[in-house]
Amino acid sequence: MNEILDMGRYGAYVWPCFALAAVVLAWNVVAARRLHSAARQHALRRAAAKAAS
Amino acid sequence: MNWTWFHKLASPPHAYRIAAGLLPWFAWPAGALILFGLYGGLVLAPADYQQGDAFRIVYVHAPSAWLSMMVYATMAVAAGIGLVWRIKLAHAVAAASAPVGASFTFLALATGAIWGKPMWGTWWVWDARLTSELILLFLYAGIMALRASIDDRDRADRAAAVLALVGVVNLPIIHYSVYWWNTLHQPATLTKIGKPSMAADMLWPLLAMLLGFTLFYGAILLVRLRAEILRRERDAAWLTTGLAR
Repeated sequence: MNEILDMGRYGAYVWPCFALAAVVLAWNVVAARRLHSAARQHALRRAAAKAAS
Repeated sequence: MNWTWFHKLASPPHAYRIAAGLLPWFAWPAGALILFGLYGGLVLAPADYQQGDAFRIVYVHAPSAWLSMMVYATMAVAAGIGLVWRIKLAHAVAAASAPVGASFTFLALATGAIWGKPMWGTWWVWDARLTSELILLFLYAGIMALRASIDDRDRADRAAAVLALVGVVNLPIIHYSVYWWNTLHQPATLTKIGKPSMAADMLWPLLAMLLGFTLFYGAILLVRLRAEILRRERDAAWLTTGLAR
Protein backbone atom coordinates (compact mmCIF):
# COMPACT_ATOMS: atom_id res chain seq x y z
CA MET A 1 0.00 0.00 0.00
CA ASN A 2 2.78 2.40 0.98
CA GLU A 3 4.52 1.52 -2.29
CA ILE A 4 1.48 2.63 -4.28
CA LEU A 5 1.11 5.84 -2.24
CA ASP A 6 4.83 6.59 -2.55
CA MET A 7 4.86 6.08 -6.36
CA GLY A 8 8.63 5.73 -6.37
CA ARG A 9 9.06 9.09 -4.58
CA TYR A 10 6.78 10.79 -7.13
CA GLY A 11 3.59 10.41 -5.06
CA ALA A 12 3.47 14.14 -4.32
CA TYR A 13 3.15 14.78 -8.09
CA VAL A 14 1.18 11.73 -9.30
CA TRP A 15 -1.68 11.73 -6.76
CA PRO A 16 -2.55 15.45 -7.04
CA CYS A 17 -2.92 14.95 -10.82
CA PHE A 18 -5.34 12.06 -10.34
CA ALA A 19 -7.19 13.97 -7.59
CA LEU A 20 -7.51 17.00 -9.87
CA ALA A 21 -8.81 14.78 -12.68
CA ALA A 22 -11.40 13.32 -10.29
CA VAL A 23 -12.49 16.84 -9.30
CA VAL A 24 -12.84 17.93 -12.96
CA LEU A 25 -14.79 14.79 -13.91
CA ALA A 26 -17.06 15.16 -10.85
CA TRP A 27 -17.60 18.88 -11.55
CA ASN A 28 -18.64 18.07 -15.10
CA VAL A 29 -21.19 15.50 -13.91
CA VAL A 30 -22.62 17.69 -11.11
CA ALA A 31 -22.70 20.90 -13.18
CA ALA A 32 -24.38 19.22 -16.18
CA ARG A 33 -27.00 17.51 -14.01
CA ARG A 34 -27.74 20.70 -12.07
CA LEU A 35 -28.02 22.69 -15.30
CA HIS A 36 -30.51 20.23 -16.77
CA SER A 37 -32.47 19.95 -13.54
CA ALA A 38 -32.74 23.76 -13.23
CA ALA A 39 -33.77 24.15 -16.89
CA ARG A 40 -36.38 21.41 -16.52
CA GLN A 41 -37.86 22.95 -13.35
CA HIS A 42 -37.97 26.35 -15.03
CA ALA A 43 -39.67 24.94 -18.12
CA LEU A 44 -42.21 23.03 -16.00
CA ARG A 45 -43.05 26.17 -14.00
CA ARG A 46 -43.57 28.17 -17.20
CA ALA A 47 -45.75 25.42 -18.66
CA ALA A 48 -47.86 25.30 -15.47
CA ALA A 49 -48.21 29.10 -15.40
CA LYS A 50 -49.24 29.08 -19.06
CA ALA A 51 -51.83 26.37 -18.45
CA ALA A 52 -53.26 28.29 -15.47
CA SER A 53 -53.63 31.58 -17.36
CA MET B 1 -29.56 11.79 -51.07
CA ASN B 2 -32.37 11.70 -48.50
CA TRP B 3 -31.69 14.22 -45.71
CA THR B 4 -34.92 13.59 -43.78
CA TRP B 5 -33.01 11.89 -40.94
CA PHE B 6 -30.75 14.94 -40.61
CA HIS B 7 -33.60 17.41 -40.42
CA LYS B 8 -35.41 15.14 -37.96
CA LEU B 9 -32.29 14.97 -35.80
CA ALA B 10 -32.02 18.75 -35.88
CA SER B 11 -35.54 19.15 -34.52
CA PRO B 12 -35.32 20.09 -30.79
CA PRO B 13 -38.04 17.73 -29.46
CA HIS B 14 -36.55 14.81 -31.36
CA ALA B 15 -33.00 15.66 -30.26
CA TYR B 16 -34.17 16.06 -26.64
CA ARG B 17 -35.63 12.54 -26.65
CA ILE B 18 -32.73 10.97 -28.60
CA ALA B 19 -30.22 12.50 -26.16
CA ALA B 20 -32.00 10.87 -23.22
CA GLY B 21 -31.97 7.50 -24.98
CA LEU B 22 -28.30 7.73 -25.92
CA LEU B 23 -27.06 8.84 -22.49
CA PRO B 24 -26.62 5.37 -20.88
CA TRP B 25 -24.75 4.14 -23.98
CA PHE B 26 -22.11 6.80 -23.34
CA ALA B 27 -22.12 7.10 -19.56
CA TRP B 28 -21.75 3.45 -18.52
CA PRO B 29 -18.98 2.50 -20.99
CA ALA B 30 -17.20 5.76 -20.09
CA GLY B 31 -17.27 4.86 -16.38
CA ALA B 32 -16.13 1.28 -17.03
CA LEU B 33 -13.29 2.32 -19.36
CA ILE B 34 -12.04 5.02 -16.99
CA LEU B 35 -12.03 2.57 -14.06
CA PHE B 36 -10.23 -0.04 -16.19
CA GLY B 37 -7.75 2.58 -17.39
CA LEU B 38 -7.09 3.78 -13.83
CA TYR B 39 -6.45 0.24 -12.59
CA GLY B 40 -4.26 -0.55 -15.59
CA GLY B 41 -2.36 2.74 -15.38
CA LEU B 42 -1.84 2.86 -11.63
CA VAL B 43 -1.44 -0.84 -10.80
CA LEU B 44 -0.77 -3.03 -13.84
CA ALA B 45 1.55 -0.86 -15.95
CA PRO B 46 5.23 -1.07 -15.00
CA ALA B 47 7.21 2.04 -14.05
CA ASP B 48 8.93 3.83 -16.93
CA TYR B 49 12.66 3.20 -17.22
CA GLN B 50 13.43 6.93 -17.40
CA GLN B 51 10.60 8.72 -15.60
CA GLY B 52 9.80 6.04 -13.01
CA ASP B 53 6.26 6.23 -11.62
CA ALA B 54 5.92 9.90 -12.57
CA PHE B 55 5.06 8.74 -16.10
CA ARG B 56 1.65 7.56 -14.77
CA ILE B 57 0.48 11.19 -14.94
CA VAL B 58 0.13 10.53 -18.68
CA TYR B 59 -3.06 8.55 -17.93
CA VAL B 60 -4.90 11.75 -17.00
CA HIS B 61 -2.77 14.32 -18.85
CA ALA B 62 -2.96 12.84 -22.37
CA PRO B 63 -6.74 12.14 -22.33
CA SER B 64 -7.48 15.66 -21.03
CA ALA B 65 -5.17 17.23 -23.64
CA TRP B 66 -6.87 15.11 -26.35
CA LEU B 67 -10.31 16.23 -25.16
CA SER B 68 -9.25 19.87 -25.01
CA MET B 69 -8.66 19.79 -28.78
CA MET B 70 -11.33 17.28 -29.78
CA VAL B 71 -14.05 19.23 -27.95
CA TYR B 72 -12.87 22.45 -29.59
CA ALA B 73 -12.99 20.82 -33.04
CA THR B 74 -16.50 19.49 -32.32
CA MET B 75 -17.58 22.92 -31.10
CA ALA B 76 -16.15 24.63 -34.19
CA VAL B 77 -17.82 22.16 -36.59
CA ALA B 78 -21.14 22.62 -34.79
CA ALA B 79 -20.67 26.42 -34.86
CA GLY B 80 -19.91 26.25 -38.59
CA ILE B 81 -23.02 24.16 -39.27
CA GLY B 82 -25.07 26.61 -37.21
CA LEU B 83 -23.70 29.57 -39.14
CA VAL B 84 -24.04 28.10 -42.64
CA TRP B 85 -27.30 26.15 -42.38
CA ARG B 86 -28.79 28.19 -39.51
CA ILE B 87 -29.50 25.07 -37.49
CA LYS B 88 -30.21 26.18 -33.92
CA LEU B 89 -29.43 22.78 -32.48
CA ALA B 90 -25.88 23.07 -33.84
CA HIS B 91 -25.42 26.30 -31.89
CA ALA B 92 -26.80 24.50 -28.81
CA VAL B 93 -24.14 21.78 -29.27
CA ALA B 94 -21.44 24.46 -29.51
CA ALA B 95 -22.75 26.25 -26.40
CA ALA B 96 -22.95 22.98 -24.46
CA SER B 97 -19.40 21.97 -25.44
CA ALA B 98 -17.50 25.10 -24.41
CA PRO B 99 -17.48 24.67 -20.58
CA VAL B 100 -16.57 20.97 -20.92
CA GLY B 101 -13.68 21.77 -23.25
CA ALA B 102 -12.48 24.58 -20.98
CA SER B 103 -12.46 22.28 -17.95
CA PHE B 104 -10.35 19.65 -19.73
CA THR B 105 -7.97 22.28 -21.12
CA PHE B 106 -7.47 23.50 -17.54
CA LEU B 107 -6.87 19.88 -16.45
CA ALA B 108 -4.33 19.32 -19.25
CA LEU B 109 -2.45 22.51 -18.30
CA ALA B 110 -2.53 21.76 -14.55
CA THR B 111 -1.43 18.12 -14.84
CA GLY B 112 1.22 19.15 -17.36
CA ALA B 113 2.59 21.73 -14.93
CA ILE B 114 2.64 19.20 -12.07
CA TRP B 115 4.37 16.64 -14.34
CA GLY B 116 6.82 19.29 -15.56
CA LYS B 117 8.17 20.06 -12.10
CA PRO B 118 9.91 16.70 -11.43
CA MET B 119 10.79 16.06 -15.11
CA TRP B 120 11.84 19.50 -16.39
CA GLY B 121 12.59 21.16 -13.05
CA THR B 122 9.95 23.84 -13.61
CA TRP B 123 6.17 24.17 -13.42
CA TRP B 124 5.94 26.25 -16.58
CA VAL B 125 7.96 27.30 -19.61
CA TRP B 126 6.76 29.51 -22.43
CA ASP B 127 7.35 26.80 -25.01
CA ALA B 128 5.17 26.50 -28.09
CA ARG B 129 3.04 23.54 -26.95
CA LEU B 130 2.28 24.96 -23.51
CA THR B 131 1.65 28.47 -24.77
CA SER B 132 -0.68 27.37 -27.59
CA GLU B 133 -2.61 25.17 -25.11
CA LEU B 134 -2.95 28.19 -22.79
CA ILE B 135 -4.27 30.20 -25.75
CA LEU B 136 -6.84 27.42 -26.24
CA LEU B 137 -8.05 27.97 -22.66
CA PHE B 138 -8.33 31.71 -23.35
CA LEU B 139 -10.29 30.95 -26.54
CA TYR B 140 -12.78 28.82 -24.61
CA ALA B 141 -13.08 31.56 -21.96
CA GLY B 142 -13.51 34.23 -24.66
CA ILE B 143 -16.21 32.25 -26.47
CA MET B 144 -18.15 31.67 -23.23
CA ALA B 145 -17.77 35.32 -22.18
CA LEU B 146 -18.83 36.59 -25.61
CA ARG B 147 -21.92 34.36 -25.60
CA ALA B 148 -22.83 35.51 -22.08
CA SER B 149 -22.34 39.19 -22.89
CA ILE B 150 -24.94 39.34 -25.70
CA ASP B 151 -28.59 39.21 -24.66
CA ASP B 152 -30.02 38.35 -28.06
CA ARG B 153 -29.51 34.59 -28.42
CA ASP B 154 -29.22 34.52 -32.22
CA ARG B 155 -26.60 37.28 -32.22
CA ALA B 156 -24.75 35.60 -29.36
CA ASP B 157 -24.75 32.31 -31.28
CA ARG B 158 -23.38 33.93 -34.44
CA ALA B 159 -20.69 35.93 -32.64
CA ALA B 160 -19.53 32.92 -30.61
CA ALA B 161 -19.54 30.78 -33.77
CA VAL B 162 -17.32 33.24 -35.65
CA LEU B 163 -14.85 33.38 -32.76
CA ALA B 164 -14.86 29.56 -32.46
CA LEU B 165 -14.11 29.24 -36.20
CA VAL B 166 -11.30 31.81 -36.06
CA GLY B 167 -9.78 29.92 -33.12
CA VAL B 168 -9.58 26.69 -35.14
CA VAL B 169 -6.25 27.95 -36.48
CA ASN B 170 -4.82 27.23 -33.02
CA LEU B 171 -5.51 23.47 -33.24
CA PRO B 172 -2.84 22.57 -35.84
CA ILE B 173 -0.47 24.94 -34.03
CA ILE B 174 -0.96 22.96 -30.79
CA HIS B 175 -0.59 19.61 -32.57
CA TYR B 176 2.43 20.44 -34.71
CA SER B 177 4.15 22.82 -32.25
CA VAL B 178 6.42 20.01 -31.03
CA TYR B 179 7.64 19.47 -34.63
CA TRP B 180 7.74 23.07 -35.86
CA TRP B 181 9.63 24.49 -32.89
CA ASN B 182 12.25 23.24 -30.49
CA THR B 183 10.10 22.53 -27.44
CA LEU B 184 10.60 20.97 -24.03
CA HIS B 185 7.38 19.04 -24.55
CA GLN B 186 7.85 15.56 -26.01
CA PRO B 187 6.40 14.68 -29.44
CA ALA B 188 3.17 12.65 -29.71
CA THR B 189 3.29 9.07 -28.48
CA LEU B 190 0.15 7.76 -30.08
CA THR B 191 -0.07 9.27 -33.54
CA LYS B 192 1.88 6.33 -34.92
CA ILE B 193 -0.64 3.70 -33.85
CA GLY B 194 1.11 1.12 -36.02
CA LYS B 195 4.34 1.59 -34.08
CA PRO B 196 3.58 3.47 -30.86
CA SER B 197 6.56 4.41 -28.72
CA MET B 198 5.01 2.74 -25.68
CA ALA B 199 5.05 -0.85 -24.38
CA ALA B 200 1.75 -2.71 -24.79
CA ASP B 201 1.07 -3.00 -21.05
CA MET B 202 1.44 0.77 -20.73
CA LEU B 203 -0.48 1.47 -23.94
CA TRP B 204 -3.76 -0.36 -23.29
CA PRO B 205 -4.66 1.57 -20.13
CA LEU B 206 -3.93 4.80 -22.01
CA LEU B 207 -6.19 3.79 -24.91
CA ALA B 208 -8.91 2.87 -22.39
CA MET B 209 -8.58 6.28 -20.72
CA LEU B 210 -8.63 8.09 -24.09
CA LEU B 211 -11.81 6.28 -25.16
CA GLY B 212 -13.30 6.61 -21.68
CA PHE B 213 -12.73 10.38 -21.58
CA THR B 214 -14.15 10.73 -25.11
CA LEU B 215 -17.33 8.84 -24.17
CA PHE B 216 -17.49 10.87 -20.95
CA TYR B 217 -17.56 14.05 -23.04
CA GLY B 218 -20.33 12.49 -25.13
CA ALA B 219 -22.38 11.80 -22.00
CA ILE B 220 -21.87 15.27 -20.53
CA LEU B 221 -22.64 16.86 -23.90
CA LEU B 222 -25.95 14.98 -24.08
CA VAL B 223 -27.02 16.20 -20.61
CA ARG B 224 -25.89 19.78 -21.29
CA LEU B 225 -27.53 19.70 -24.72
CA ARG B 226 -30.88 18.70 -23.14
CA ALA B 227 -30.56 21.66 -20.73
CA GLU B 228 -29.66 23.97 -23.61
CA ILE B 229 -32.67 22.78 -25.64
CA LEU B 230 -34.98 23.44 -22.67
CA ARG B 231 -33.59 26.96 -22.27
CA ARG B 232 -33.91 27.74 -25.97
CA GLU B 233 -37.35 26.19 -26.46
CA ARG B 234 -38.92 27.59 -23.29
CA ASP B 235 -42.08 28.75 -25.06
CA ALA B 236 -42.49 25.79 -27.40
CA ALA B 237 -45.71 23.80 -27.20
CA TRP B 238 -43.96 20.43 -27.28
CA LEU B 239 -42.34 21.12 -23.90
CA THR B 240 -45.63 20.77 -22.02
CA THR B 241 -46.11 17.21 -23.21
CA GLY B 242 -42.42 16.37 -23.72
CA LEU B 243 -41.42 17.08 -20.13
CA ALA B 244 -44.07 14.82 -18.73
CA ARG B 245 -42.11 11.85 -20.11
